[in-house]
Amino acid sequence: MLEIRDLTLAYGERVALRDVSLSLARGELLGVVGPNASGKSSLIRAITRVVAPLRGEVWVEGSPVRDLSQRELALRVAVVSQNPSLPEAFTALEVVLMGRTPHLGLLQSEGRADVAAVRRALEQTDAWDLSARRIGELSGGERQRVVVARALAQETPLLLLDEPTAHLDVGHQAAVLNLVRWLCRSEGKAVLAVVHDLTLAAQYCDRLAMLSEGRLVAAGSPHEVLSSEVLASVYCTRVWVFAHPLTGRPVVTPVPDGTAPAGQFAYGQSRLAREGR
Amino acid sequence: MKLFGRTAQEAMTAPSLSVALPRRSVWPLALAIVVLLAAVLLGAAVGPAGIPLDAVVRIILSRVSGADLAGGLPRQWQDIVWEIRLPRVILAGLVGASLALTGATYQAVFRNPLADPYLIGVAAGAGLGAAIAVVAGWDFSFHQMSPLTVMTFAGAMAAAGVSYLLARVGRTVPVTTLLLAGVAIGSLASSATSYLIISSGDKGLAIYSWILGGFNDSSWQRLWLLVPYLLPAAVLLLAHGRILNVMQLDEEQAQQLGVNVERVKLLLIGLATLVTAAAVSVAGVIGFVGLIVPHFVRLLWGPDHRQLLPLSMVVGAAFLILADVPARTIDAPSEIPVGIVTAFCGTPFFLYLLRLRQRAVF
Repeated sequence: MLEIRDLTLAYGERVALRDVSLSLARGELLGVVGPNASGKSSLIRAITRVVAPLRGEVWVEGSPVRDLSQRELALRVAVVSQNPSLPEAFTALEVVLMGRTPHLGLLQSEGRADVAAVRRALEQTDAWDLSARRIGELSGGERQRVVVARALAQETPLLLLDEPTAHLDVGHQAAVLNLVRWLCRSEGKAVLAVVHDLTLAAQYCDRLAMLSEGRLVAAGSPHEVLSSEVLASVYCTRVWVFAHPLTGRPVVTPVPDGTAPAGQFAYGQSRLAREGR
Repeated sequence: MKLFGRTAQEAMTAPSLSVALPRRSVWPLALAIVVLLAAVLLGAAVGPAGIPLDAVVRIILSRVSGADLAGGLPRQWQDIVWEIRLPRVILAGLVGASLALTGATYQAVFRNPLADPYLIGVAAGAGLGAAIAVVAGWDFSFHQMSPLTVMTFAGAMAAAGVSYLLARVGRTVPVTTLLLAGVAIGSLASSATSYLIISSGDKGLAIYSWILGGFNDSSWQRLWLLVPYLLPAAVLLLAHGRILNVMQLDEEQAQQLGVNVERVKLLLIGLATLVTAAAVSVAGVIGFVGLIVPHFVRLLWGPDHRQLLPLSMVVGAAFLILADVPARTIDAPSEIPVGIVTAFCGTPFFLYLLRLRQRAVF
């Protein structure tokens, strides 16, 4: 479904991604984790061709994305970006309908199939009640649901989510990730989600990929990726990893300074130590 | 499994709620067209020679239909209505439609409520072109166009073109950069024009009064300086109404929804600039229409560009026709520049609407 090979990407002099290779199959939910500025969002921008890579290739459904037209790409890949700007005077329904853009010709208006797709998307995201309201009147969480609904209305086999749970309370976080997992399992979508919260990523994703300073430092099951060693080297802080009592998946919590060490810690190399003091 | 408080099964098999597509009523457009027709009649009826309204209607209908409905009316009345007033009214309408359409397009492409048709240096470039033509005293005829018309059009296109080239970053043209380049080129051209006006004595007044604009040398022939640009451009711009809605998200989102943003921007800005340049070359620089009319339409009927663009054209046409009536009658037999009237009458009304509706409209 998605195949990334030796991707290198730079903004001017600053290299954002270096030789990253990843693949994603139908029905799979891949979580991309890593510290701030590790290249997580750049990965999404490269897949959707917002920025052109220096080296390497991205293939979606057997075609390299650089050979696809903008519209062909939008029929294959939908994106939920982080905090997207939305025009305040439009209604939520109008914004969700915009998800149908790649399916429509220049002079075509929305038809029966588009209405059906939008209805499904609104039902799945429980954004139904919002549809007549203006974007300017919606809360952050409600806007997020509208944007997810728009991506679903796009009806693509591949879905890219950039921090879909940021700024959401725990109830909405669970709702979004449950929906995403359901889309993988039942609809066979492939989903790549950038998730900041390691614990949340571990509970929902089938596989995780850890980026650090633009490099892929670990990929595999949540257990493999969220090991003490990996976290210590990537986050430079003391964290505590233990198994979730119900799911058995890793739970990662920071350890406040001054807490007496007891049990298994992941010791990060502190900044002072790195500077040789 | 729970999805937003409902199980997946419930969510997927929820009783079919029917999605009503956003209503696009034809009534606003119908109403605007009625207002436009009334404006045309009023424009053709008002003037120094008192001609009754029914006579005006009969003269127009007889010319349009070919049937002899104007029998018994003075020949002079027929000439005044058909050869003098109506071309002027229609030219004012076409210029109003052009400016409102391009204003709405610029506002949409730049996602900037302050955008107007002269944003990327078109007005200043046109002014400089006109100033050069007047100062040089050229006398030629290019496809029956005067040097003034040709130079205005050329100046407008050159300023916009230079702004566009200056704003290029690699293969993209960021709208903020284009806006700044337009402002810079505009200032440059304006300062050159000011110099020409000041240093050329009597000719300066001719340049200045041309820049202020108006419709006092209208004729049926003059319409052909604008129609060949306006007609195809309007068709193409109106066809992009839905795409312009999508572009009200940011450019990155529009691209991810399948819009070829750079190509669409180039096409729409290019078309809007052509139409603006043509409008300026026939009527000078008339302000406020392109800025205020799209906002007025948005305040009354919402932001959907599939409605906004055609409505702006009709309302812009009616507005400029009505503004031209006091422009040529208040100070008769001399005229006051129509741009003064549009600003003087349009702005208070617009501000009133703005205060009336306090919600986000853009």
